[in-house]
Amino acid sequence: MKRAAPGLVGVLCFLIAWEFTVRLGQIPSFTLPPPSLVALTVARDFPSLALSTWFTLKVTLGALLLACASGVVVAGLFALWRPLERAMLPLAVVLQVTPVVAVAPLILIYVDSTAAALLACAWVVAFFPILSNTVVGLRVADPALGALFKMYKASPWQRLRLLLAPSALPYFLAGLRVSGGLSLIGAVTAEMVAGAAGRETGLASRILEASFRTDTPRMFAALSLLVACGVVIFLALNALSQLLIGRWQPAQGE
Amino acid sequence: MPMMPVADGPVTIASAGSRALGVVFERVEKRYDSGRLALAGIDLCVVPGEFVSLLGPSGCGKSTLLRIAAGLEQASGGRVQSAGSEASAPGDVAFVFQEPALMPWASVFDNVWLPLRLAGLTRSQAREAVMASLASVGLADVAAALPHTLSGGMKMRVSVARALVTRPRLLLMDEPFGALDEITRTRLNADLLSSWAQWGFTVLFVTHSVYEAAYLSQRVVVMGSTPGRILHEERIAQATPREAGFRTSIGYAQTCARLSAALESASGAMP
Repeated sequence: MKRAAPGLVGVLCFLIAWEFTVRLGQIPSFTLPPPSLVALTVARDFPSLALSTWFTLKVTLGALLLACASGVVVAGLFALWRPLERAMLPLAVVLQVTPVVAVAPLILIYVDSTAAALLACAWVVAFFPILSNTVVGLRVADPALGALFKMYKASPWQRLRLLLAPSALPYFLAGLRVSGGLSLIGAVTAEMVAGAAGRETGLASRILEASFRTDTPRMFAALSLLVACGVVIFLALNALSQLLIGRWQPAQGE
Repeated sequence: MPMMPVADGPVTIASAGSRALGVVFERVEKRYDSGRLALAGIDLCVVPGEFVSLLGPSGCGKSTLLRIAAGLEQASGGRVQSAGSEASAPGDVAFVFQEPALMPWASVFDNVWLPLRLAGLTRSQAREAVMASLASVGLADVAAALPHTLSGGMKMRVSVARALVTRPRLLLMDEPFGALDEITRTRLNADLLSSWAQWGFTVLFVTHSVYEAAYLSQRVVVMGSTPGRILHEERIAQATPREAGFRTSIGYAQTCARLSAALESASGAMP
């Protein structure tokens, strides 16, 4: 908690400066609402915004889970059979370098269900960091330990479970932290492209909607909830990392 | 037990043990795919229970020879045979690396348990052997600690305990104490000698330290490089187990001087 204090003070100072700038400069709220008005809007519109938040979170976390499962399985297959890696890696790179905002319209055409299309878009961006990190992680096991497993005639399963998986875990988690942020970006981008249509829509649709009505405070309210989602995902994944590997590594900065 | 060439040195406690596994190298050659010849015509017979050091400049192939003995690398020519009573099982041959090579995510206990775990023993089945092995290196009280909380010397002790946990018949050590400070190294040397005397395994020990080789071994094999070959052998007659006073004796000093001279000429042969 002590380490988080300076960061909280920084955010607080920023919000206070923002509030005073708006009030003293008498900036109209449709140009730039003060944080107090944004907070009020969040509170007033909470029922509808909460539903949208839940929708965006579902897409984001679903895509992240899918990216985890597929990234780990594909990385495992690559590790088992190197020719497959050489054959598939260019495709994975293509997937990585293609801007999601450019493929999203295509995905929306090919996939009937909007929710599934959004999920696919978010998955596209979340998949690669997990894949590439896990591929690297599966390769970095201590060669001396590898030799030891060989001398003691370890089975492939023992080798995977007792040596490769634990060695790869910190790399996988680093990829997961990157993908956590990216899957939210993917989900929002896809929603932006899909537009405000449909009954079940997320925070990005709320932002679009509000922008059509020049309801800037509501835009900021939805945006602040998006930021909150991103921060929560970031903190949760850091905590997960700390829980899984914090104990067996010297503390950071030591 | 088949007839083995008998060492003409003093009879030791260790060589009386019949479980020990010797190793015989016959015209062993190692040529890498690049065409570089790393080892040429190595003939060496390590008698069961013997303590033999391989001493040589870096790049002379002494580690490669050790890895061939362990089955971690294949010789490109010649024969390697383990010489002992019966066929060897996993765990009969143990290897200690230059670095401790511990699993950072596993406790000291779990690290030492590993060879037995790979052989199918559960934690409770292995507990007695693991604790005995840890006690023999003086680390029974840190069984629950994680490796990163230990000093370099303690990590190396864990590594030795892991090697000893299967009661190996042949112990291969690749410059295991090279990175340690002098005091720790001396202590680990003495502990190794007492484990050797107590459990009676064969040791093939790679080092670049003349003093370590002269203190530990019954026989020192000096190797030269390009290609790696045996240049000189020195038998050290001092009875084992050796007292700490051996390190200050005249005989030890003379042995060190002879080994240094041999190592000097071996290094001089480098291009």
